[in-house]
This record gives sequence, C-alpha cells and structure tokens, in this order.
Amino acid sequence: MIQQILFILVLAGLGWFAYQRYSEIWQNIKRGKDLAIEGDSGVRMKNMILLAFGQKKMFKNFIPAIFHFFIYAAFMVTQIELIEIFVDGIFGVHRFFAPYLGAFYTFIISFIEILSLLALVATFVFLARRNLLKVPRLTMNEMNGWPKLDGNLILYGELFLVACIFTMNGTDTVLQKIDPAHYPSTGFLAISGWLGPALFGGLGEGTLKILERIGWWGHILGVFGFIAYLPFSKHLHILLAFPNAYFSSLESKGKMRNMPEIAAEVKLMMDPNAPIPEEDPNAGPVSFGANDVDGLSWKNLLDAYACTECGRCTANCPANQTGKELSPRAIMMKTRDRMEDLSKFEKAGGNKEEGDGKALLGDYITKEEINACTTCNACVEECPVSINPLSIITELRRYTILDAADSPEEWNLMFGNVENNGAVWQFNPQDRAKWVEELEEGS
Amino acid sequence: MQVVPIMADLFAEGKQPEVLFWVGCAGSFDQRAQMVTKAFVKILNKVGVSFAILGPEESCTGDPARRSGNEFLFQMQAAMNIEVLNMYEVKRIVTTCPHCFNTLKNEYPELGGNYEVIHHTTFLQELINDGKLKLKEGGDFKGKRISYHDSCYLGRANEIYEAPRKVLELLDAELVEMKRCRTKGLCCGAGGAQMFKEEEDGTLRVNQERTKDVIESKADYIAVACPFCSTMLGDGIKEKEKQEEIKVLDIAEMLEKLM
Repeated sequence: MIQQILFILVLAGLGWFAYQRYSEIWQNIKRGKDLAIEGDSGVRMKNMILLAFGQKKMFKNFIPAIFHFFIYAAFMVTQIELIEIFVDGIFGVHRFFAPYLGAFYTFIISFIEILSLLALVATFVFLARRNLLKVPRLTMNEMNGWPKLDGNLILYGELFLVACIFTMNGTDTVLQKIDPAHYPSTGFLAISGWLGPALFGGLGEGTLKILERIGWWGHILGVFGFIAYLPFSKHLHILLAFPNAYFSSLESKGKMRNMPEIAAEVKLMMDPNAPIPEEDPNAGPVSFGANDVDGLSWKNLLDAYACTECGRCTANCPANQTGKELSPRAIMMKTRDRMEDLSKFEKAGGNKEEGDGKALLGDYITKEEINACTTCNACVEECPVSINPLSIITELRRYTILDAADSPEEWNLMFGNVENNGAVWQFNPQDRAKWVEELEEGS
Repeated sequence: MQVVPIMADLFAEGKQPEVLFWVGCAGSFDQRAQMVTKAFVKILNKVGVSFAILGPEESCTGDPARRSGNEFLFQMQAAMNIEVLNMYEVKRIVTTCPHCFNTLKNEYPELGGNYEVIHHTTFLQELINDGKLKLKEGGDFKGKRISYHDSCYLGRANEIYEAPRKVLELLDAELVEMKRCRTKGLCCGAGGAQMFKEEEDGTLRVNQERTKDVIESKADYIAVACPFCSTMLGDGIKEKEKQEEIKVLDIAEMLEKLM
C-alpha cells in the first residue's frame, strides 16, 4: 500500500515537473517566426519514417549506426514493459500480464532482455568512443564542460537502467521457485532464466525480495528520471527527431528562403505604377533577416532543440576542417543556449519587451563564424535528423548586411560591381559577349 | 566559323532558339572560364543545336549577393533578368555555371521566372545519349586517370551526381574517385560568395585542403563542372607546383577535344 501511494506521488510529481519544462521549450520554439509548411504530407511522412524511425542517414556510418540502433531498439521495445510496470505500480499487483499472456509474455520479456543486453554492449562502446578512443567530433573544444558530461551521464544512466532490469528479472526468476503464489511464472526468460539463478541463486528469500524491489524501483525511477532529464539535455532528440524530420524542407537544398517583403519593394522600384501595399499600422519596426532567435523561424528553433550534438555536420564542414571559427554544431548549440538564457531571464522577472540587452548575433554567434560559411550544404546533407544550420547562418548574414550594413569591404566591392556592371567583377557590361569575337578569330 | 546568335537579333527576325545559353559572369569575363564557354559553343555548333545568348542583356543572377545576405540586390538582379527572359519568351536555359543553374532553376520561379533549366553536364549527357554528339576514339584521355570534383551547387544542392560521371565514362580513361566525393564531396571554397573575399582566419584555405584530395587521387586530370571550382582547384594545384602533372578541365573542354 505504501509503495502504491509512493508510486502515484512520484508519478504525479514527475507529471507536473515535465509539464512545466516541456511547455517552457514549446514557448521557446514559439519565439520563432511563422513558416509555411508546404508540400506533400505523404512525402513528409515518408521522410519521418525513413529518417527518424528508420535512421536512414545514420547508416551512412555503419559502426556507430548499428550500436546506436541497439540502444534505440531497446528503448522503443522497453516501452511495452512500462505498461505493466504502471499497472503493477498503481494497483499494487505483481507482473499483472504474466498469467494472461503465458508464452507470449515470455517471448516479449525475453526480447526486451536480449535488446537490453545489446544496448549494454553499445553503451560500453559509446563510452569508449567518447572517453578512450576520443573520436575527434565528440571531443572538440566546443564539447568541453556540460556537453561532454551530458553525453556521458546518459550513458551511465543506461548502464543503471540495464542493471536494474536484470536485477529485477533475475531475482524474480529465483523467487518464482520459492514463492510461486506471489511471483507468477514468467516462463524461461532468455537471459534472466540462467543469469538469475547464477547471480542470485544462493540468497535468502528476504534478501531476494528486497533486491527485486530495488530492481523494480530503480528501473522505474530511472525511467522517470530520464523523462525529467531529457528536456535539459541533448537527448531530447529522441522525441524531436520525429517532428523535425517531418517538417524539414522538401525543396532543393540549394534554394534559399525567399523574402517576399523585399520582392514587393523591388517591384515598386521597378514599376512606379505598381499598387503600394497597405501597411499594417500595428507592425513594429521592420527588420530584415535575424539577429536574435525571434528573427529566426520556429523550425530553426525546433532544429536547435532536436540537435544531439553528434557533430557530423562540423566534421564535414569545409570551414571547420580548415581551422575557421565556424562549427555548424556550435551554431545549433548557441541558438539553443540563447533561447534558454532568454527564458531564464524572463522567469527571473526580466522585461520581455526590453530584453536582456544581448542578441544571438554578436553575443553568442560571431560575424567571423557566419562569414566563414561557403554555403556548401555539407552540414545539411550530413544531419541524420534534418537539421539545417545553413538556414540560420544565412538569416544572420541577411541581418548583417540589410540591417546593420556591416559586410566585409570586399563584398561591398562585389555588390557595387553587380549593381553597376551587372557582373561580379568590374567589367563593362557591353563587353559581356566580347569572347565571341575571340572565338571567331579562332582562339 | 562559329556562330553565336544574340537573342535580341533572333527575336527581331521573329525567330526563337530551342535553348538559351546562359553564359554567366565567369563564363563571360574570366579568361579561364571563357575557354569553357568557347568549348561549349563549339560543341553546340558542331551538333547543330539551335541556341542564342543574351549578350549585353545578360546580368549577374544575383547568387553571390543572395548568399552573402544582400537580398535586396539579389531581388533587383532577379527582377531585371526575369523581365528580359520573359520578354524573349525563353522556355529552356542551359548554363555552364552551377551557381547560375541553381538560382535560375530554384529561386527564380517564386519571383515569376519559370523556365526549364539544365546544367551543361546534363545537356551534354543527353546529346551523347541521343547519338547527336559523337566522340573520337582514344585521344588525350586514353588510359589516363580522371577524377571528378563534385560542385556543391550541382551535387548536394541539386543532387546531380551521375550526369557528369556518365559523360566521363565515355572517355576511355580510368575514372577514380577522390576520398571525399558525391554527397561527401569537399567544397572548393568559393561558394557562399567566398570567391569575392579573403577567407576568414584558419589553418588552411579550403582549396588547399581539397588539393590534398586531388594529389592523393593520383589523377592526371581533374574534371570540373563549375568555373569557380576550376579556379580554386587550379590555384591549389599551382601552389603545390603540380600544374604540369595535374590538369583541371571542365567536362565541356574534355568533350570538345574529342570531337
């Protein structure tokens, strides 16, 4: 009875906590500008199934992909077992489904056990990649501090969860022989069937019962802890990868977002008779591009929360590989940090309208970073969950040039050439077809 | 005798070419890129493609302006070009520049410019497939190692990976891939308007990094499909004093040598 009350209290506490935090993230994403989602929803659904569910892009890099898949599969399938844990926890019963499902129950739990074992192996591999092999993209400077700890913490958490599952099932297997009235038969479980007696075989009934409870509570508290930890961590990708893949652009990667507000102005300049668009009297000062998160689209901001800091983008970025300050992963991390800081500032009573006097561009992301980008799309191509760092970079560039008029001098020269000569270099536009004369001379 | 009709002249005579050849700033003014323009025109004339250029009426598509953030200038360029293209009722455009290609194909439609836009590598592949362009056996490339460098704006941006390679397969040469190719192809360093400014501080320039892949491939020829990649890789190879051993050629130049 005490355990039931405790379980319901913990569950309610978690629910309240998670609601607060997840709505905070929702509000942060809503800081972004509207973005029309166009194109076939069937294609979007297919992208989501292939990329998020099927992890298609992960498999471009087989070794990490297969181990990542073990953890992913174990995580997905273990959710089935959670249903029973909830029933048992709330109603004070023990392995509620075992007697009803019989052999199918044995199969399901055995399946979970095998996946948990594979996940355990994968967890050790990942800990080794981060801490012993020091895979470059996982150990770069930008990963120092919290990002590194975050990556490791979740792996330690996985070790804890798997240990609890096997303690719970292993002791249960032994208890089924001692006290079959309270411990209904699960059948021979694939791993606990032999591991349980091997590890816990000689222990007394009292010790076994305590260990079984430690396993059970440890497992469910681990899961609850994970749910509460998730929204503070890069591991939020396990949820956000799905909407992120769904909402990612279906257009060519080469196409940049159009700015209709500027198209309208240009039209007016070219044709003085064009109707002047009605101005919205409630509109604030016009700003082009983005210098803070509210100038980006909500998809840019969703991208930032969906990023799990794997660094495939940065490892393939030509600017980063040649020692420039730019790292597409850092662009995503800084965008998320900016939202978090704004949210903290407002929660502490800061004035939302006036802001905290800082901005994404300048205080988080520097001009040097965005000016190093070659717009090659390697980062966009690499991201397993369809994050687009390039879109943030180009929106920040737009602000730098259109609003702050702060572009590199050489770009200003190029702009001048395009404007005056219709070419990127200073040539006479009348000479544009001069090569034809040389061609006719036979060169 | 090479013929290069100007759109305005044809239009005055009431004629409409099958395809407009968009030459681009590099193809028009850059000496190295002009060679590609000329080679492509020679192919068009040899095959008897009905084409025209805009000549002085062509203007920068606005790609470098847009990528660097100057949307205003981009929109001005786009509006002017679309006005000209629509006035001549252009339906089909071929271009030797992947940046012009991307802008004309993907970014002009939203602004009122709807054309079928083809990159010259795809166009050449079609000419070969249709049996219109016949290549001599052997020639300069027989038995040589050729490696194709993917342009970002053809490859990742528009997913054209195969057409250039299919053309190269006909050269009787040994095709080798660089360690970073196709979706993982490393940029030459010119895109995003980097061509028009010094790179930001770093340990290397991007073209120096790519030149490492070039040298490692042990290729005799680096085939390119973009005037800016051509400049960047040419410079990188020259810096390593390998210009005698490794030649950078556009796919149009290669085919023209075998006509």
